[in-house]
Amino acid sequence: MAWTKQVLRVNLTAGTCVAEPLNMDWAKDYLGQRGLATKYLVNEIDPKVDPLADGNKLIFVTGPLTGTMAATGGRYSVVTKGPLTNAIACSNSGGFFGAELKFAGWDMVIFEGTSPKPVYLLINDGTAELVDAAHLWGKTVWETEEVIKKQHQDPQIRVASIGRAGENKVLFAGIVNDLHRAAGRSGVGAVMGSKNLKAVAVRGTLTSAYQIANPEAFFTAVDAGKKVLAGNGVTGVGLPTYGTQVLMNVINELGALPTRNHKDTQFESANSIGGEAMHEKRETDGKANLVTNGACFGCTIACGRISRMDPGHFSVKDKPQYHGASGGLEYEAAWALGAANGVKDLEALTYANFLCNEDGYDPISFGATVGAAMELYELGILTEAEVGLKLTWGSAEALVTLAEWTAKGEGFGVAIGQGSKRLCAKYGRPELSMSVKGQEFPAYDGRALQGMGLAYATSNRGACHLRGYMVSPEVLGIPVKMEPQATEGKPAMLKAFQDLTAVVDSSGLCLFTTFAWGLQDIQPQIQAACEGDWSDDRLLLIGERIWNMEREFNLAAGITGKDDTLPPRLLNEPANSGPQKGAVARLDIMMPEYYQVRGWSADGVPTDATRTRLGL
Amino acid sequence: MQKSLHLDPNKCTGCLQCEMACAWENHRSFTIAKSRIKVFTFHEPGRFVPYTCTQCDEAWCMMACPTDAIRLDPVTGAKVVLEPSCVGCKVCTIACPFGTINYVSDTGKVQKCDLCVGASGPACEKACPTGAITYVDADWTGLDKMRQWAGKTDTNPATV
Repeated sequence: MAWTKQVLRVNLTAGTCVAEPLNMDWAKDYLGQRGLATKYLVNEIDPKVDPLADGNKLIFVTGPLTGTMAATGGRYSVVTKGPLTNAIACSNSGGFFGAELKFAGWDMVIFEGTSPKPVYLLINDGTAELVDAAHLWGKTVWETEEVIKKQHQDPQIRVASIGRAGENKVLFAGIVNDLHRAAGRSGVGAVMGSKNLKAVAVRGTLTSAYQIANPEAFFTAVDAGKKVLAGNGVTGVGLPTYGTQVLMNVINELGALPTRNHKDTQFESANSIGGEAMHEKRETDGKANLVTNGACFGCTIACGRISRMDPGHFSVKDKPQYHGASGGLEYEAAWALGAANGVKDLEALTYANFLCNEDGYDPISFGATVGAAMELYELGILTEAEVGLKLTWGSAEALVTLAEWTAKGEGFGVAIGQGSKRLCAKYGRPELSMSVKGQEFPAYDGRALQGMGLAYATSNRGACHLRGYMVSPEVLGIPVKMEPQATEGKPAMLKAFQDLTAVVDSSGLCLFTTFAWGLQDIQPQIQAACEGDWSDDRLLLIGERIWNMEREFNLAAGITGKDDTLPPRLLNEPANSGPQKGAVARLDIMMPEYYQVRGWSADGVPTDATRTRLGL
Repeated sequence: MQKSLHLDPNKCTGCLQCEMACAWENHRSFTIAKSRIKVFTFHEPGRFVPYTCTQCDEAWCMMACPTDAIRLDPVTGAKVVLEPSCVGCKVCTIACPFGTINYVSDTGKVQKCDLCVGASGPACEKACPTGAITYVDADWTGLDKMRQWAGKTDTNPATV
């Protein structure tokens, strides 16, 4: 069995760590990772609980293919109720932490209660203990990882931790493992901070914690999958060469790059902040921003960016700790820190991104919130006296200063740390928050790409590109080409993407494989690793079941169909340039059809027939 | 012809497929803690470097072993640990200048790279997706580097 069948339950209030068997009936219905942990969470918490209160729980979870030779089989997720959205939160991360947790013999760690003082969890195979973290509180992610490894004299320990952002309960704080891989979105790091849990440190050395059901079939399927990834233009060439940043110029040329808080749909300086720019030698020191690409555990794509800054850049001139190589800009971060604010200084974006990694906060929500603040400033609603800075569009100085303040919880960084929804509401202009259900948009304009607009409006964790990546059909033609402005067929296609994504997110694999892989590539790997019959139909039913389970949690939390919408700017203000000029988001056409294909009522509630069909 | 593992850090992405392949080959587990090849991440310079036993001709581990538990495989040139003879004294781990032979507490024996003796070539090499690990003519591990330099040789400078 590809599950370890062991769950570690950590009661932070009582200070206890207890092993319990994994509910295998649930594993059969929800697979693992996202689906399985969400099942545990919805079964155990009050959906109306304050996300930062004692009653919320925080689950670290792996999938059946985590810690295997399946390409990209190293993912883990963190599942909780999110403070940014008050909805289900599920943030997925790569790096090496997830596999290590599996090697230590755990499918899942459930944290409940609140520790009376800062602690970290130390897992050494079958043993787990809570260790005093007084000396780590106030430290960054980077420092925390270093101190824990030194303290235990074991450089092979893997650490997932929060930085000061999580401690300060920045509502978009993430959890960072392996220095620059993050369970980034929805504020899962703030929940960890609210529990006084600084880090999870794991060393896993067991050889028989889990088994592959059919090794021969597994290696056949895994090898075939790797060949598909290597032979695909996106996963075989584009991503290793340019990372996700391969998209910057493509999306900009299509007129789908939200710019300056979504006032514009094209950024005149996109070329300065994209993947190609990271390869170019700087005029200042003759070196490129990009040092190399790097892989997460078991990943044969290796899209990760490892960057080194210009040591003479104003942001790091006297800060040698930022002169070494570290996690560089991915497309989403480059967009949010750059185009969303009109900032075109690649080095400034890299520095802000380093800070996001170092202190554990989501560059998407951070960058987009800075964009909202800049618009408030340009409208005269926010003043220099109030902010302590000139927040003009395109100011790299403002961006990096706000990044520092947000990390440290200083000055106006405190307001930024509440996210754009609360910031804009505070200043009387809630409509200027470019968010859905409180979470900021990622890097695709929901007017320019109608399917993405619908995906944002219906995502169970607020605006997100990783819940139904309609960019695939609307831009890349995967699995079929759909015109960006078309609405026909989009609801059904989105449902298919959402359900398949839920399966991938529950398997231990990376969603980026789906640039090349379809279910026909993924299913044989799951089938060979896990005992029993895992047909395409069963997997897709699992995906649909997960989606509806998340939906029902959100409904019980008080979110309704009325929240399945977009900011007025996307519904009423037409895209102002490029190929999609004149477009507004046509949720009015797509939403009723989406509810219908989902088997939901006209107000967005799963019908009894749907619930029965899915076994909910 | 004997062959050698040839490791090229410039092609390594740090994915650890090689470590899993090694652990699987020898322990039927993907647990990389049991791998005989390790990939090191040098964060500051941004480098990934795979490293394992180079199969010394005059192998210090072999010479240091008091129970004659490390033998030369005449076909591959690998120095192979004979588990039944190994008493876990760890003297070899002290003798090895490179740290590439290590104790396994689960078995009470040492382990080192044996080039997957008995298999059809090293598992790490087969698993590497980027060609950072290759298995090449032991006498010509420098061939690629020579070719690169040869390509830069200018035989007729006057015409440039």
